[in-house]
Amino acid sequence: MKEKMENIKKLNISKPLLLDCKQTVSDFPLAYETYGKLNENKDNAILVFHALTGDQFVSGINPVTKKDGWWISAVGPGKAIDTNKYFVICANVIGGCMGSWGPKEMNKKTNEPYGLNFPVITIRDIVKAQETLLEYLGINKLLCATGGSMGGMQALQFCATFPNRTFSAVPIACSTSHSAQNIALNELARQAVMADPVWDKGKYLKKNVQPKNGLAVARMVGHISYLSEKGMQEKFGRKLQEKADYEFSFDADFQVESYLRHQGYTFVERFDANSILYITRAMDYFDLSRQFKGGLIEAFRNQKTKFLIISFSSDWLYTTKENKETVIALNSAGADVSFAEIKTDKGHDSFLVNEPEFLKTIKGFIDSMHAKFRNEKRI
Amino acid sequence: MQNLEMKKEFKTIAELLPKNVRVLDVGCGDGSLMNLLIKEKNIKARGLEIKQEYVKKCISRGLSVIEGDAETELHQFPDQSFDYVILSQTLQAFYNPEQVLKDLLRIGKSAIVSIPNFGYWKVRTSLLVFGKMPVTKTLPNSWYNTPNLHMCTIKDLFNFCLDKNIKINKIVGLNENKTSEIKKSNLEIKNLFSKIGIFWLG
Repeated sequence: MKEKMENIKKLNISKPLLLDCKQTVSDFPLAYETYGKLNENKDNAILVFHALTGDQFVSGINPVTKKDGWWISAVGPGKAIDTNKYFVICANVIGGCMGSWGPKEMNKKTNEPYGLNFPVITIRDIVKAQETLLEYLGINKLLCATGGSMGGMQALQFCATFPNRTFSAVPIACSTSHSAQNIALNELARQAVMADPVWDKGKYLKKNVQPKNGLAVARMVGHISYLSEKGMQEKFGRKLQEKADYEFSFDADFQVESYLRHQGYTFVERFDANSILYITRAMDYFDLSRQFKGGLIEAFRNQKTKFLIISFSSDWLYTTKENKETVIALNSAGADVSFAEIKTDKGHDSFLVNEPEFLKTIKGFIDSMHAKFRNEKRI
Repeated sequence: MQNLEMKKEFKTIAELLPKNVRVLDVGCGDGSLMNLLIKEKNIKARGLEIKQEYVKKCISRGLSVIEGDAETELHQFPDQSFDYVILSQTLQAFYNPEQVLKDLLRIGKSAIVSIPNFGYWKVRTSLLVFGKMPVTKTLPNSWYNTPNLHMCTIKDLFNFCLDKNIKINKIVGLNENKTSEIKKSNLEIKNLFSKIGIFWLG
């Protein structure tokens, strides 16, 4: 994977960044990718934030994994977020493992991978680092900031921290703070990694190995939570995996087992186990209301950004109820907010698959916002 | 969605409203009224709509709309957060119209409520002469599939407001293309000849 990583676009951030854990860091890499072209008026830039296990490769073919970009259903030429029209930017989060500064990178002081010496980062730290990228690209105000799940949290954080940096925002299937259930599921993922003896308190990279078994289990937990009960039942039911009867063993008899194992073990090829610990931690620490005296309403006070919140009816990870609480907070702060719940059986993952109602909604919003933003810029 | 009568109704509502105010349109449909208010009166309009199809339409028109049920979700809007709250021809479809009206007046400094008038003479004749529940242009459904649970007349709503101490600023009656102001003195006759009543309350 090393050779392939060399061709990734990277911005070296030299400006000091004060992290929420009080450490100040500077001179670190932020890996990113862009699609489409920034127009002369600079009114067509869209910043996409990726979710827990995503990366900067939103569309096209991911040059490292050789698979489709993670949001190819929504982003690309002629797609809902049309890269013939819009300039789409996405950065790998710090703490991640696709070229940005993360626990698998070399610590220049010790000449070893950071491992657990990497500072515990937050969603706000992640977003602040990306704002530097906008400076570098010469974009004063985005047309839109968007993302699903952890990407949606980043979009909300971005608007709260930089109130005038984007004309509109589409936080999808997310919340303003992580629920107990979501923290619990993340803890399950972390415990799976840490219970793998190969993990060795995060020092596995020195031996050039990965705690694959633990990381695979962590991924399986995630995959269960991304689907809905109904969706899973319809997709797998009790179907057996290429066999006529039970084998009376603990191999993957059922299709759903085989699916989880496949997801788990392909994931370990592309992801760093310590990154899972750090990024899930950032999600768990996320609570916008804690950052502002006066809580959530204060976080959104004086927002000029136009919001569209989208939830999915069968998402039990970030429920419609939670998404609506964000809407209520925005409303209470007097912000301009729209909300739509997409009816679907596809669960939390709905934003990543071809869900026509969702894609139509997001396209309608971004296109109409573009027309408004162009007008505003003209005046 | 828009027929001529609705156009006239929307125009009348637009005329009642001052420029540059903040308006919440409850049950905003495809956003036609919001669009009109933004264009003609530079009004800051927000909508609440239960049908996803309409929500999508509004969003693609660049309008701010929240998908939700007015019956259960008006609580999300803070007290006095809008200058006007509009409820166009849906009061009669709620389980609890009294509570909805209370909420409208809590959220807005004023409310504009329009109703299809069950006291209109064609409606009365239908029941009186034919002995059948009326089906008209403003009341297009049959008894078994009508969304209207609490039909009322202009006079009913007028009396209701008196009973509940809700201030009536103005009532406009609508028949075809004509509008006329309704007062206590002409209530009986206007209640017979108006298809739609538009109440400016609070």
